Amino acid sequence: MKIVVVLRLEPVLTEQLELTEDSRDIDKEWIGLELNQFDDQALEQAVLIKESQGAHVTALAIEDEGTDRLLKTALARGADEVLQISVDDEGLESRSSRAMSPIYAEALREINPDLVLVGVVSTADLYGELSPYLGAHMGWPQVSAVSDVQTNDSSIIVQQEYAGGRAVRIEVSMPAVVGLQTATQPPRYVAGSKLRELLKVEIPTTDTSSQPMGDLSLNSVLELPDLSEGAEMFEGATDSVVDQIYSLLQDRGLA
Amino acid sequence: MNTVLIYVEHVGGVVEDASKELIAHSIGLCDQVEALVCAASQDQLNGIVGQLFGASTVIGICDERLASYTSETVLKCLNSLIATRNPDLVVMSYSSAGMDLAASAAIGTERNVISYVTELKSDANAVNAVSQIYGGKMFAKTEVDLPAVVVMVPGTIDYAAVIEEKEIPQLEVVDVELGEVVRMTVVGEISPETDDVDLTKAERILCVGRALGGTENLAQFEELATKLGAELAGSRPVIDAGWLSKARQVGKSGTKVKPRLYFMAGVSGAPEHLEGMQDSELIIALNSDEQAPIFSKAHYGAVCDMFQVVPALVEKLD
Repeated sequence: MKIVVVLRLEPVLTEQLELTEDSRDIDKEWIGLELNQFDDQALEQAVLIKESQGAHVTALAIEDEGTDRLLKTALARGADEVLQISVDDEGLESRSSRAMSPIYAEALREINPDLVLVGVVSTADLYGELSPYLGAHMGWPQVSAVSDVQTNDSSIIVQQEYAGGRAVRIEVSMPAVVGLQTATQPPRYVAGSKLRELLKVEIPTTDTSSQPMGDLSLNSVLELPDLSEGAEMFEGATDSVVDQIYSLLQDRGLA
Repeated sequence: MNTVLIYVEHVGGVVEDASKELIAHSIGLCDQVEALVCAASQDQLNGIVGQLFGASTVIGICDERLASYTSETVLKCLNSLIATRNPDLVVMSYSSAGMDLAASAAIGTERNVISYVTELKSDANAVNAVSQIYGGKMFAKTEVDLPAVVVMVPGTIDYAAVIEEKEIPQLEVVDVELGEVVRMTVVGEISPETDDVDLTKAERILCVGRALGGTENLAQFEELATKLGAELAGSRPVIDAGWLSKARQVGKSGTKVKPRLYFMAGVSGAPEHLEGMQDSELIIALNSDEQAPIFSKAHYGAVCDMFQVVPALVEKLD
C-alpha cells in the first residue's frame, strides 16, 4: 500500500502578525514557520498505518523556505521517502490550497498512491481546503475531519467527526483522499540526534507543468481585528491581575 | 441577486442550528432562498420543512441511500441541483460536510469559493465577504464575483431574531439520479463521549489551551479548577496531544457549552473554539499574546504569563 502525506509550513500564530504594505497577505519575512498541526497528525497517522499494517509512506511538500528541514523531519519520523515539488515563484500570485491543488495533483498522479493523507485545514485556507480539492482533481472519494483511519485490502474505514462530539464510521474505497484532524496517537517526538543524522541527505525535487488554479486573492484585503471593543483588560503586575480577577469572581458570586 | 441555494444538514430529521443560520444570512441577500434537503424518506422530508422558516422553497431529494450523510451521495445531489438551477450563490456551513462539499462542488461546477465567512453583503453582481483566517487573528475582506460558493462560520447570526414572523417554505421534491453508490458506506455511528464528565451540565469551566505545554503542567490547573468548583476542559490541540480526554474538549468537534463561568488559560480563541463557548455568561481569558482573538470575545482578559497568574490565583482562593 502506498500512502502520500502532504506537509505544509504555516506561520507560528503565537507570534505577532503584521500585514504586507498592500495588505494582501501577512508579512512572512520575520515570522517563524512550523508544520501545520493537522499535517503533523496526518504524518503520524501515515506512520502508524505503516507500522501496524505495512505501507510505503511518501511525504510531499511544495518547495519553500524550510521545506528541506521539514521533509528531513518526516524521514526521521518514519516516512520512507520524501519529495519536494519546485514551483516558479516568479509571478505566483497565491500559494493558497486552491491555487496549489493542481500542482499537488500532478505530483500525486506520478506517485499513484492508494491513500493521500493531508491536514484537514490550514490557517489560511480562505478559498477552500486542500483535501477536497485533491479529491476533486483526482476524481477520488474524499472525507474531511477524520480522526481515525483503519486500512483493509482495498478500502479504509475512517471516523468522520461532527459537531457536538458525534462521529460516523465510513468505509471508503481506495484510492482516496483523507483530510485528517487527529491521528489515533499524538505525534511522536523526534530526537535531535536522529535529525542530525539526516542533515546530509539530499531531498529529491520534482517539477510539474500544471499551473496554479485561480483564486480570489487579488480581490482580498486583510485587516487586523480591532480588539479595542473586546474584553475589559486587567492591567498591571501578576498580583494586581490576580486581585482584579478575584474581585470580579467575588462580585459575581463565583468565589 | 436572484437565488441563494443553501445546503441543509440534519441528523435523523433534526436540522442543525448552523443550517438554520444559513437561512438568516441569506434573507436580504436575494429574492429566493432555496434550501436543499437530502432525506431518507418523504416523511422525514416533511418533518424537516417545518423547521426551515424563512426559506422560500425547500428542494427535497428523497432516497433511502441518503439516510446518513456521505460526500459521495450528497455531492451528486448538490452538483446536479447547481447545474440545473444555477443559483447565484451556494451557501453551506463550516462543518465537516461543508468542508467536504464546498471545494468539491466548486470544482464540479467551476465556481469560486470563499470560506470562514462571518459576514456577507450583496453588491450587484458580487457579494462582499468578511472571513476569519490565521486562527481568527486576521480578517479578510473579499469581493466575490457571482456565481460562487460561500462557507459560513456557525454562531455568527441570531436565526430566531431574523426569521420571526417568516412563513414555512414551499416544498418541491425533485429526482436526482444517484447512480451506483459504491465508494462510501456508513458502517457505524459514535455518540459523544461523556465517560468522565458531561461539560454541558457544568456551571463553571476552566479551559486550558495549547500553551499548557504538557501534562507535567496540568496539576496547577487541576488545583485552580477545584478551587473554582469548575470542570477542567481543553481546546482541540490539548485533546489531540492526549493531555485531556475527548470528553473534555470544547469547540467545533467537541462539546458546546454555556456555563456561568468560562475561564480560559492559554486558549487563543480560534473560530472553531469560539463556536463551542461564545454564549457563556462570563468569559475570562488569560493569554500571553496581546493579538489573541479571544480578547475580542471574552468579557475580561489579561495579557500575562498564565504560569504566574494561575498559582497566585490558587493561593488567593485558599
